[in-house]
Amino acid sequence: MNSAQPDAPNRMTLDRIERGGVVRVLDVEGDDPIARRLDDLGLRAGARVEVIRRAPMGDPTVFELHGYQLCLRRSESARVQVSPTMSPEPGLV
Amino acid sequence: MSAPAISSHGDAMSGTVFGLLGSPNAGKTTLFNALTGLRARVGNYPGVTVERREASLDLGGTSATLIDLPGTYGLEPISADEEVVRDVLAGDVEGVTRPDALLVVADACSLSRTLPFIGEALHLGRPVCLVLSMLDELAARGGAIDLPRLEDALGIPVVGVIGHRGRGLDRLRSLLSESADWATPAILPPTDRADRAAWAESIGDHVIEAPPDRHSLTARVDRVVLHPLWGSLLFAAVMVTFFQLIFSAAGPAMDWIDATIGSGAAWLRATMPEGWLVDLLADGLIAGVGSVVIFLPQIVILFSLLSLLEGLGYMARAAFLIDRLMGRIGLEGRAFVALISSWACAVPGIMATRTIPSPRDRLVTILVAPLMTCSARLPVYALLISAFVPERTVWGPIGLQGLVLLALYVGGTGAALGVAALFKKTLVQGDGLPFAMELPTYRWPTLRVWSSQVLESAGMFLRRAGTIILTASLVLWVLLTFPKVEAPAGLDETAAAAWSLEHSAAGRLGHAIEPALAPLGFDWKIGVGLIASLAAREILVATLAQIYATGAEEDVGSLREALRADRWPDGRPVFDAATVGALLVFFVFALQCTSTLAIMRRETNSWRWPAFAFGYLFALAYGASFVTHRVIDALV
Repeated sequence: MNSAQPDAPNRMTLDRIERGGVVRVLDVEGDDPIARRLDDLGLRAGARVEVIRRAPMGDPTVFELHGYQLCLRRSESARVQVSPTMSPEPGLV
Repeated sequence: MSAPAISSHGDAMSGTVFGLLGSPNAGKTTLFNALTGLRARVGNYPGVTVERREASLDLGGTSATLIDLPGTYGLEPISADEEVVRDVLAGDVEGVTRPDALLVVADACSLSRTLPFIGEALHLGRPVCLVLSMLDELAARGGAIDLPRLEDALGIPVVGVIGHRGRGLDRLRSLLSESADWATPAILPPTDRADRAAWAESIGDHVIEAPPDRHSLTARVDRVVLHPLWGSLLFAAVMVTFFQLIFSAAGPAMDWIDATIGSGAAWLRATMPEGWLVDLLADGLIAGVGSVVIFLPQIVILFSLLSLLEGLGYMARAAFLIDRLMGRIGLEGRAFVALISSWACAVPGIMATRTIPSPRDRLVTILVAPLMTCSARLPVYALLISAFVPERTVWGPIGLQGLVLLALYVGGTGAALGVAALFKKTLVQGDGLPFAMELPTYRWPTLRVWSSQVLESAGMFLRRAGTIILTASLVLWVLLTFPKVEAPAGLDETAAAAWSLEHSAAGRLGHAIEPALAPLGFDWKIGVGLIASLAAREILVATLAQIYATGAEEDVGSLREALRADRWPDGRPVFDAATVGALLVFFVFALQCTSTLAIMRRETNSWRWPAFAFGYLFALAYGASFVTHRVIDALV
């Protein structure tokens, strides 16, 4: 699943994006069942993700992607590499 | 009972067998109900806690079977329990016919997410039809999908439906009756994940004319409902109301059932000649049926509320708000409601665990639910506290009796949370499922879906747990009644009842286990009470009343006096502080409830887990009672 992205300076993990931030998914770390499930949930390269809100105690967080809202804990969202700027379609031909 | 083999029910799976595939919130259940009406047969897959639903379909002359497969986001199983879907599709599950054709249900609003899943399904080697649900919401949110183009691009039939309004169902039905003629793709999509994602993306670009905007009503409501302050307050209010309704609103209906059972038994006694037959019917059978039916008010109220909150979309929000706290004990937000419900009664509480998607989390919640202080413990606590805890104020309006009761609640709840954390770390480690929960858009639940969920739960409780509860209460009645030993002449009615109980099998058993109970300070009478209270905890009070021959159950005052006056042969009081403390602690932990065991059997689909729960809770109860007895003995 590692799509050989060079370490760009604007590469971050999804858990560190502030509320209201809009990002593109670059990659999901690892190739274990959790990584596959995140991929099934639509967190795959190129997907547009918006951070909607965090729970009162800071975790979990609601994201919007693919026309639906998904709630993830930091332990999972930290595995999603994103590009915080709205660059057009990275990594996809 | 063996694993419920649905196909042996008489009306076996017939005709073409369709498997319903899709993610948990895609509208699968709504479509299932819309297609089949209220004819679903519900059970479990052998060996796992995954619910199994199927129904026959009338396709205008020919019949077919529809299997509602567990909701899943992908076809590569990432836990043992998700393998059920794979196994059913492969035809590897005993009693379940391998589906001949597949209906993949996808939420039209999140089609771009689901396209790779559809691509996976095309590789299953069977005809596939795509059912796009929630087209009304897609339109309301300004989205548009070109269905004919999608059909062309995928090479399979595509039907748009609005499940809860029945739109598109006629087209779907006619498609179902000719599944042999469904189009199949000329070229299968790629199998590699990255390639499949690219394939899905290109189809999405081609057919999604406009992606849906955010649901504006949902966004506005969530600003309040998920607000750190207002959302938390609303959450607390909803949960308090929820608990209060299960705890108290069921009361009048339960009293009415109790009274009806009582007058039914009295009527039998008045019309039939005296003898063991009337005893069996009145005290055994009618009382046994009563002990099943008495749960219905709580179950109906619980599922009315659960289905309403779930249908509205609030349950996921509640789980979102409380998840952080539940995460500390290794569970997730959705376990909270089941634990709250168990404060009223573990039976509906355990049934409420069905909203927890992770089977492991669900099992742990089921195992600790009996530790939550249920309402059946209250009569026991009330008797012992009012008899032995002095009515002293400790500080301001706070009395010692109230503090003891509070300590019992806190002790039970604390134990539930502690044991859950322990089990998650040791016995039932996580199944590797990430916590990932959709927040659905708000919508009004339809009466049809709502009522079918309530009726299904009540019916399932009666069929599957009811028979076990009835059997158990009959067995207990036999133990408490036989063998019949004639009481010596000259005893009055209450003394004769005490005599016959002492000489019954349960009475003898109480004597036999006295040495084992001695370290806790319990005598044989408490032993008989513990045996009888296996039917339901509050029966301890009535049984003690019968043994102490204090007559009517309502007359708790004279029972209190009798307990205080009881002495060991050497003149020490039986109910000293150490024994009372040990007995209270015993009731905090012990799983003295065959109904809970029956519902555990039903929900986990095996006797293994109820046996385990009974064993560990008994060990905990015995150990804690022993320590309590020793500590109080040393202090006083």
